[in-house]
Amino acid sequence: MTDDAILRMSGITKVFPGVKALQDVNLVVRRGEIHAICGENGAGKSTLMKVLSGVYPHGSYEGEIDFDGEPCRFSGIRDSEKHGIVIIHQELALSPYLSIAENIFLGNERAHRGLIDWNRTNADAAELLARVGLDENPVTPAMDLGVGKQQLVEIAKALSKDVKLLILDEPTAALNDADSAHLLDLLRGLREQGITCVIISHKLNEIKAIADSTTILRDGRTIETLDMEKDLVTEDRIISGMVGRDLEHRFPEHEPTIGEEVLRIEDWTVRSPTQHERLVVSGANLTLRRGEIVGLAGLMGAGRTELAMSVFGRSYGVGITGRVYKDGKEIRIKSVGDAIKHGIAYATEDRKRYGLNLIEDIKRNVSTAGLRKLARRGWVPDNEEFRVAEGYRKSMNIKAPSVLAVTGKLSGGNQQKVVLSKWLFTDPDVLILDEPTRGIDVGAKYEIYSIINEMADQGKAVLVISSELPELLGICDRVYAMSAGRITGEVSRAEATPERLMQFMTRYDEEQIAQ
Amino acid sequence: MSSVAPARPDKGEAPPPSRGGVADRIFSVNLRQSGIYVAFALIVALFAILTHGSLLSPENMSNVLVQNSYILILSIGMILVIIAGHIDLSAGSVVAVCGAISAVLMVNHHVPWPLAVVLTLVAGALIGAWQGYWIAYFEIPAFIVTLAGMLIFRALTLTVLGNQGIGPFPDQVRTLANGFLPGYFGNVGLGPLGGADLFTLIVGVIGVAGIVLTQWRARQGRAGYGQNVGPLPVFIVRMALAAFVVMFIVVQLARFKNLPVVLILLTVLVLAYTLLTTRAVFGRHMYALGGNLQAARLSGIKTKSVVFLLFVNMGVLAAIAGVIFAGRLNQAGPTAGTNFELDSIAAAFIGGAAVQGGVGKVVGAITGGLIMAVINNGMSLLGAPSERVMLIKGLVLLAAVAFDVWAKRRAGTSR
Repeated sequence: MTDDAILRMSGITKVFPGVKALQDVNLVVRRGEIHAICGENGAGKSTLMKVLSGVYPHGSYEGEIDFDGEPCRFSGIRDSEKHGIVIIHQELALSPYLSIAENIFLGNERAHRGLIDWNRTNADAAELLARVGLDENPVTPAMDLGVGKQQLVEIAKALSKDVKLLILDEPTAALNDADSAHLLDLLRGLREQGITCVIISHKLNEIKAIADSTTILRDGRTIETLDMEKDLVTEDRIISGMVGRDLEHRFPEHEPTIGEEVLRIEDWTVRSPTQHERLVVSGANLTLRRGEIVGLAGLMGAGRTELAMSVFGRSYGVGITGRVYKDGKEIRIKSVGDAIKHGIAYATEDRKRYGLNLIEDIKRNVSTAGLRKLARRGWVPDNEEFRVAEGYRKSMNIKAPSVLAVTGKLSGGNQQKVVLSKWLFTDPDVLILDEPTRGIDVGAKYEIYSIINEMADQGKAVLVISSELPELLGICDRVYAMSAGRITGEVSRAEATPERLMQFMTRYDEEQIAQ
Repeated sequence: MSSVAPARPDKGEAPPPSRGGVADRIFSVNLRQSGIYVAFALIVALFAILTHGSLLSPENMSNVLVQNSYILILSIGMILVIIAGHIDLSAGSVVAVCGAISAVLMVNHHVPWPLAVVLTLVAGALIGAWQGYWIAYFEIPAFIVTLAGMLIFRALTLTVLGNQGIGPFPDQVRTLANGFLPGYFGNVGLGPLGGADLFTLIVGVIGVAGIVLTQWRARQGRAGYGQNVGPLPVFIVRMALAAFVVMFIVVQLARFKNLPVVLILLTVLVLAYTLLTTRAVFGRHMYALGGNLQAARLSGIKTKSVVFLLFVNMGVLAAIAGVIFAGRLNQAGPTAGTNFELDSIAAAFIGGAAVQGGVGKVVGAITGGLIMAVINNGMSLLGAPSERVMLIKGLVLLAAVAFDVWAKRRAGTSR
């Protein structure tokens, strides 16, 4: 085993301000295999791959990387590419207006004395396209290709760099079934040509179909590496590795007082704004009751955020159909303003981009959504606004010298408390919290959980979207699971186990993986 | 909600910054906020010395204010547009076309001047609505829409005027642009300073009293809510300084020809727009969407209508500037307003607006406009050729924005 290892990463530790993203991670990849990496969102998969490909250069992490028999200290992504390591990111990086051939040789142009040799460019590109089984003219602009074909162009681009180790981050997340099957076939073909692949995927059936071994990460640590053939690995086996068995996190005790139904969503369907034929949410049904904390579990791309935002004043998606009932009566929500009026609040998963005005102070951020309530005839009473914000600063325990502190300077946990204050000030009946503890350290998480409990005790219905199963199991009274735009399961607190949820979350009904 | 407090002490949350860091930050924030006023004072002092006091002579001060009033009015609209993260390149052309419309109405069609002014303002609002529609609802970048507007409204100016200047304007409009209040109570002697208009002085005293009173009441109000209001001596010094500056200007104006009408208009506009931006819901929405458009939208702010209204407002202010400029020259000309948009954009950025939007003050834009005006005026008093004035103005603009970017970067890395 020692001899045939092409890659050996040992003791990798990567620290971001306040968060240990990777802790003593070890990864050994054998030459010529397809090696899958599994883990929940935030387990550290992408970070590990960024360390490997030099996105995080040598010196910004601890640990050793041996590639192809020699120790490596990559200074950047070009450096790792020179050694034959190519990463294809989840978000494809093709330049839309350039042709396929130009994209393939971008930064690596077929040139003679500074002038591009177009004949060689296009001829070489055609050859590479044949290798990946893409029947397209090399001069076609990249934007005319579907996502699946763009993915193939990315692989052709990698092949043009004499790739030895190809890393694919969620390659099939945005693909339909036929394209996924084709891609998996191609990876098998590359394996026969001696190219080693590392594939990050949430789709366990795919992993089972093509991977030779699987490494499982959890909370920034290596849990285990499974030999798919020798160990007779099942999907359940991978799931138990991903979720772990102990709930290490601590959650505040909470006895719910659940009242009558407050919000019901029926047959909710949402289409992607960029690809109108794609259903991002499909026929979803969901009920929330007063005093209840309901979880919404799902892996990346399951459609949880899209479901929440489309209900919240059509902030996402097109061709939205379905019905929303508030307190038993059907309501129509056409804008965010309508949603707020009907007592619905949505705290975003990306507070820096969608939640806060980072250049403004706490006071003004807290008052933004409830400004109409605060104002008298179109004028904002400054001192009253200060009093309100100061009240939240104290009750939420926001750590800042005063409410005049700029939110951009606060820590993640305190920023999140500002976002929650903003929405609590609108006095909602329904609170949708999207990843409320993302990027927040453990102590602050506990505080956020306590705040969530308190909201429920005030008779509000809380819907928590989270990628951390322990969190959902720790704080929710009921959990829905979503996969590929559908609600695939609903479990009560008593019957909820991580394994059970993960099964629902990885259920891809219509997927047929070609063998 | 005291039960919310966590069991464990959560380290890592808002680490108390080191003492040096705090002092640093207060210093840099203050410098960023007040730097512009300090710079203005220094520039005035510099030119006052270089011109041996001519800059601050009664006649010259009056002239500087009257000559630059239309740029300052435009700057008010421009800073609002820039706070919202947009830009208006068409302002100069809109000034021209509105001046032309008012001239055609008053001179060619003998429409009574108050009605003609109102119609011109409506025309300005419609022009603003046209541009606002494309920017806010059709989502074309303001840079493009107003660049097109710059051409379109210059073309309309030429069409309306038939390629020639139209004038002269009725006396009332000329007074609005160029005139002074009559001395209602006659003159009083101010010893060595000579005679001065009593009414102007009374207005000045009332103004100073108003400033001090409102500031004091705001301070008391904040203190009543337990906010930190800063030490009293600092407040007194600030008020004394403000009183001195206002009274100095007023006395100089009183010694010349009383209060310029256009200065009264400008003061009213500055007060009204300062209130709008700092106290009104609309103003808050404007800052919110300029700071983070997505977050504003997801907070239920009707971002499109806010942007639309800001451009309507810009059109109305450009129409006011257009009437005043035409009245001042006593003629609406085809080249009126050329480069006004650049002057008002420069005023806004010198006055502390940020290129990304979300930041800026009306008073800042006015100060920025006055800095340019003083440089213009001071250098021409010194007999500097116009190319050198242009050079200096360009460098000042670059330096002001460079300082802002530098201060921001420093604040960002110091955390």
